[in-house]
Amino acid sequence: MIYLDNAASTPTAPEALAALADAARAHFANPASAHTAGAAAARALEAARAEVAAGLDAEPAEIVFTSGGTEADALGVLGAARAARGRHVVVTALEHPAVMRSAEALAADGFTLDVVPPGSDGVVAAEAVVAAVRPETAVVAVMLVQNELGTVQPVADIARRLEERFPRPRRPHLHVDAVQAFGLLRVRPRALGADSVALSAHKLHGPRGAGALWLRPGARLRPLAVGGGQERGLRGGTENLPSLVGFARAVTLARAALAAGAAEAVAARRDRLEAAALAAVAAVVPGARLTVAGAPRAPHIASLAFPGLPAEPLLHALEARGVQASAGSACASKTAGPSPALKAIGLDDRTGVLRLSLSRETTDADVEGAVAALAAAAAEIAGGLPRR
Amino acid sequence: MDRVLLCRYGELFLKSGNRRHFERALVENIRAALAGVPGVRVESTHGRVLVRVAEAEADDAVGRLGRVFGLVSFSVARQVPAAPDLEALGEAAVAEARTAIARHRPASFKIDARRADKRFPVPSIEMARRIGARVQADTGLAVDVHDPAVTVGVEVGPSAAFVYAGTHGAPGGLPVGASGTALLLLSGGIDSPVAGWLAAKRGLALDAVYFHSPPYIGEKSRDKVLALGRQLARWQALRSVTVVPFTDTQKRLRDAGPAELAVVLYRRMMMRIADAVADGLGATALVTGENLGQVASQTIENLGAIEAAARRVVLRPLVTYDKVETTALARRIGTYETSILPFEDCCALFVPPHPATRARAEDAARVEEKLDLAAEIAAAVAGSEKVAVA
Repeated sequence: MIYLDNAASTPTAPEALAALADAARAHFANPASAHTAGAAAARALEAARAEVAAGLDAEPAEIVFTSGGTEADALGVLGAARAARGRHVVVTALEHPAVMRSAEALAADGFTLDVVPPGSDGVVAAEAVVAAVRPETAVVAVMLVQNELGTVQPVADIARRLEERFPRPRRPHLHVDAVQAFGLLRVRPRALGADSVALSAHKLHGPRGAGALWLRPGARLRPLAVGGGQERGLRGGTENLPSLVGFARAVTLARAALAAGAAEAVAARRDRLEAAALAAVAAVVPGARLTVAGAPRAPHIASLAFPGLPAEPLLHALEARGVQASAGSACASKTAGPSPALKAIGLDDRTGVLRLSLSRETTDADVEGAVAALAAAAAEIAGGLPRR
Repeated sequence: MDRVLLCRYGELFLKSGNRRHFERALVENIRAALAGVPGVRVESTHGRVLVRVAEAEADDAVGRLGRVFGLVSFSVARQVPAAPDLEALGEAAVAEARTAIARHRPASFKIDARRADKRFPVPSIEMARRIGARVQADTGLAVDVHDPAVTVGVEVGPSAAFVYAGTHGAPGGLPVGASGTALLLLSGGIDSPVAGWLAAKRGLALDAVYFHSPPYIGEKSRDKVLALGRQLARWQALRSVTVVPFTDTQKRLRDAGPAELAVVLYRRMMMRIADAVADGLGATALVTGENLGQVASQTIENLGAIEAAARRVVLRPLVTYDKVETTALARRIGTYETSILPFEDCCALFVPPHPATRARAEDAARVEEKLDLAAEIAAAVAGSEKVAVA
């Protein structure tokens, strides 16, 4: 099976798995317990925290461990909104459901919500985001890398403009979903100017069930999970130490890979994949193209648009030929249609969008195989279209 | 302590000639429903079925018996030792009443006494009065002979006496298999599983056929249909699902004729293939979830055009149901939550924008002449895969 759905989840690196297993065996004690075993577990937890912080050029005290990216997003958006005085929220139309549903929950609770649309290039304009901000804005949420399109959003620019218009302490909380970015992009929360940044382990060859929220010192959050007082009272619950240790190891591995040029290698491979794929399907899918063009992108995501071809059958036909990917839009059916992000960039519901996402483990042979499978799959589905 | 579940059946009493046949089927089905419950004994006697089970297993048995077609109701009783006196019966009644109070705090009770053994000296009415007084005195429960919250039953028979508090409903109908076998056309929608349940309720043993069109329909849709099948199997309402590859046939049908006839053509072919699958399984009827007027294609004319392609009798248990009725039943039988999972039944590429509402069998047949029907059916059957769900 050629796996090209790394944006959804990545295979766990053997070293990360080994670190997880070791921690599970050696440190079953509760880090909150007073005895030696508990203290050893606590030390292992703090070592993991330091390792993750190092991957962000941040301080350990700025890391709040969570159960994953979705929880980190919820904590950042809901937590900050509920701790703020203002009752207005600004998000982009490209946000992941983890952010969008949180924003909608706030709207249901009486907040007003503004959703800033992107351009057809898959990027929000920094001015447009800042223009939507008002004195009573509690939270602004902008993702760093859009998960379906791979486009990089101008977060640092937005932060800078926000600071200009609303100097601290009047600046609204800026939450950044960096779940899709962390791993193959350098993520430096301080340099971005963010107040909170959401991260997820399983997007960078770490285990599932682990993530973190980077939090700027001084930023205020109302916790979601209260209880044991863990994570400085911001996230109650006995820590999932083995998975967090695996997370930390994955972060270290990703840093080393980045230093060795992984991002460039993945980007080059992705570009070759795109060019070869489009060439291979040109005959059967006239108008096949990259879904977005022109904007800066993360190295690992290839989004291909196929006018007139429904994405889900294409996906299944691809899988039948040994390639696993994902679709940004379902069959042109009554129940589904393009995702909100795709609709926001102006995609019509007769165009199927395929997302092929690579990792640093993807090989040239994988790319070759995927292109051949895609050509055959596209021919099959195109051949099955109604004749009239 | 052992419990005796007194299981009552309904219409079987009418079937004087076939009664033994039905009773046997019912007992067999009860045994199958209770498979896995340790130490169960089932016996058919005096127009009822008695299920003996240990107290610890009683709740499990109650859940399972509640899904046996052919049973109308049952009660969880304790058997009072042979040749009982009123004292022993009263004591048992108090114990059962106390259990009922602990479970669900009924506000009132009455005694329902039956004396099938005329050697027992106290007539039923007096039994009821005296035992009722005892229960009231011992538990403080109020007596209400018109609308009691719980009825405490006391039965004295020639060989055994039983006391119970409360009665559980059962689905009624006829024992599965007592009416023969049929083949259900199953999809992932709300209707066809409910149609299958209704057919099984009248005693039909069912297998199902599901038409799968990869890659237009994904594996999750197939998994959903099998999950629905397993849900039906909890009622013994389904034994297997035969998954039939339908993609190529569907494409050829769609491209062979006018777009408006597509759906009628698909369904006629499904009837033909279902007949062939039914031949192999020995099923004597087809069952569908068809309804009148729900979607544009389910008009009475279209039903007729579709049915003309079937050899067997086609049963449509839901043809007169409103959607809300079907939905309520789907919730009751446990298929609703699975049915509404958003995995497509039919890719939009195969559904015409304006399906014909009064298709004629002759028009469909003329399109079908362009295909080799026998070859299509044979290929479908050859490529099919039978999956057990029970």
